[in-house]
Amino acid sequence: MTHSVLTAALAAEAATLGYDDHVVFSGLDLHIEPGTVTTLIGANGCGKSTLLKAFGRLLTPSAGSIRLEGTPLRRLSARAVARRLAILPQKPLTPGATTVRDLVMRGRHPHQRLLRPWTAEDAAKVEAAIDATGMTELADRDVGSLSGGQLQRAWIALVLAQDAPTILLDEPTTFLDLSHQLEVLRLVRTINARHGSTIVMVLHDLSLAARYSDRLVVLHQGRVLADGEPWQVITPEVLATAFGLDALVIADPASGRPLVVPLEPTGAHEGAARAPAAAVGGPARPDGASDAGRPGTEPSRGLPLRVGYPS
Amino acid sequence: MSGRQGVDLGVIALPWRAREFYVTLACLAVLLAAFTFGLVAGSSRMGVGDVWATLLGSGTRSFEFIVFELRLPRVSAAIGVGLCLGLAGALTQTFSRNPLATPDILGVTSGASAGAVTAIVIGGGGYSVGASLLGFGIPVVATAGGLIAAAIVYGLSWRQGVDSFRLILIGIGATAILGGLVNYLLVRAQLTQVTAATQWMVGSLSGVSWASVWPMVVVLAVMLPLALSQSAPLTINQLGDEFSTALGVAVQRHRLLVIVAAVVLTSAAVSAAGPVEFVAFVAPQVARRLARTPRPPLLASALVGAALVLLADVSARVAFGTEIPVGIVTALIGAPYLIWLITRPNLKERA
Repeated sequence: MTHSVLTAALAAEAATLGYDDHVVFSGLDLHIEPGTVTTLIGANGCGKSTLLKAFGRLLTPSAGSIRLEGTPLRRLSARAVARRLAILPQKPLTPGATTVRDLVMRGRHPHQRLLRPWTAEDAAKVEAAIDATGMTELADRDVGSLSGGQLQRAWIALVLAQDAPTILLDEPTTFLDLSHQLEVLRLVRTINARHGSTIVMVLHDLSLAARYSDRLVVLHQGRVLADGEPWQVITPEVLATAFGLDALVIADPASGRPLVVPLEPTGAHEGAARAPAAAVGGPARPDGASDAGRPGTEPSRGLPLRVGYPS
Repeated sequence: MSGRQGVDLGVIALPWRAREFYVTLACLAVLLAAFTFGLVAGSSRMGVGDVWATLLGSGTRSFEFIVFELRLPRVSAAIGVGLCLGLAGALTQTFSRNPLATPDILGVTSGASAGAVTAIVIGGGGYSVGASLLGFGIPVVATAGGLIAAAIVYGLSWRQGVDSFRLILIGIGATAILGGLVNYLLVRAQLTQVTAATQWMVGSLSGVSWASVWPMVVVLAVMLPLALSQSAPLTINQLGDEFSTALGVAVQRHRLLVIVAAVVLTSAAVSAAGPVEFVAFVAPQVARRLARTPRPPLLASALVGAALVLLADVSARVAFGTEIPVGIVTALIGAPYLIWLITRPNLKERA
């Protein structure tokens, strides 16, 4: 136990996490092994983002601690954390009159020194990050003119330029169409393979999560409901408990990973026949497929995110 | 590629931003021209050559008196006020991510006005805002009022750290309260006191002496490096508070430093010349549009502010011959220029 706390890339130790008046997790223990891609899944309001924020030092545990490579986060300075851990928040603000390269350059901030804030090494890391995300041709474009998929790649390039061994991504595929979701997740796998980065992300699409993750952690009512490789975790029982979802789990013919096929509640067959059409006509929701058959989507039981951005 | 991104001089290595650099140089040149113009303009005839000869130590005795005792204090005060307000405006607009957020929203200006007007009305006040009043009690009371108001606004905005949106709302509330207090005092005051108070509140450089310049010099010597040291965090913070933390910025400490710098700079300017309107709002926006940067560039904003105040003061002296308070002229010059910058066609970036 103690051993793995010290070797884990990230570890929550009896951590109590929450906001002003409500506790989301109490006494949570979770270790993230280095060099793996771990995805946190669970229903809205289950605390995925809360946990990710705590891992990223954006939220301080009220009890217990979070360790980064064995050292408690509270003993590290913001800069020291930022050199070892990058986090892409869910809704970053896009600055005006900024090129992609300008944006990516900001990723070097934790490495900058007082009199030499910008060296050839910084420039090289920025170009490498732009290259790795396929943004080379767009590097001089204004970020305001990018499409959603391009912008998300620009943000990922910024995070890559930070050159941290551990990367946290909060819903990196939200608001993207399916092909761009795949593009982002493939990029995540490439980063993991090329640099041995530890990646922890939050995703809503269970099948994509199963397809691109080494490990899934299902969060439900302030605790870890299931934790392990995709086939161990994505089971009808877990889906029923975590999402209230009646679903089949089959093998994805393309990847061999588990694929979630939601079932309609009994007696709703007429609705089932119409559901696909409705899904096509509706707004582009990345998790539309897995939500289609959810009987009662929980009303927003206190969004876990405090709105931190004034517009 | 790397040559375009950075410049490495051995000890110092910086990102290279050509346009920002040249715009800053151009602002400096304009300011230097305005400086010369400000020393040349006046009732006694002096040429550009006479002025520079005197400045460099080879002028006649009477020229020395005119330049060093009469004109230079006023010109220096105009530059100081402009630098302070331009820089303070760039800081508040950047940290709040809102171009409308001038240092006024921190409560400094309204606090200073309330302090000054209270002193003028309760203290009796003279017939005019003469050198005696401006040079002594009023600046002290105004500075105290500004600092107290800003501290209260900051304190009330604190809830596990200061959120800039919350700070703006509370600042607007405080400004309204203090504005009400000022109006109440003016309604109850004698006519002569109202005249003195109104003249102070518009912002004027008449009657400034070296005594009002030195505090600004000290403040700028401390606050300009402090502000520049926060340049990188200010850029990062445009991505939001969470991203800033993620990139290693100690957000609350950074925000406190920026607010303290803005408050101290503003109160230094206000205590020297009263609340000169519009400079803190317009200078950073003009500088940002000239340099085409994501946020107002700090140095260029300060220089544009200085050029604006100086040109406004000099042109008021030259064109009207009488004392027009500089605060009126800054609005008359600055606002149309900003509007032109925003509305001129073929501008690629959006406002």
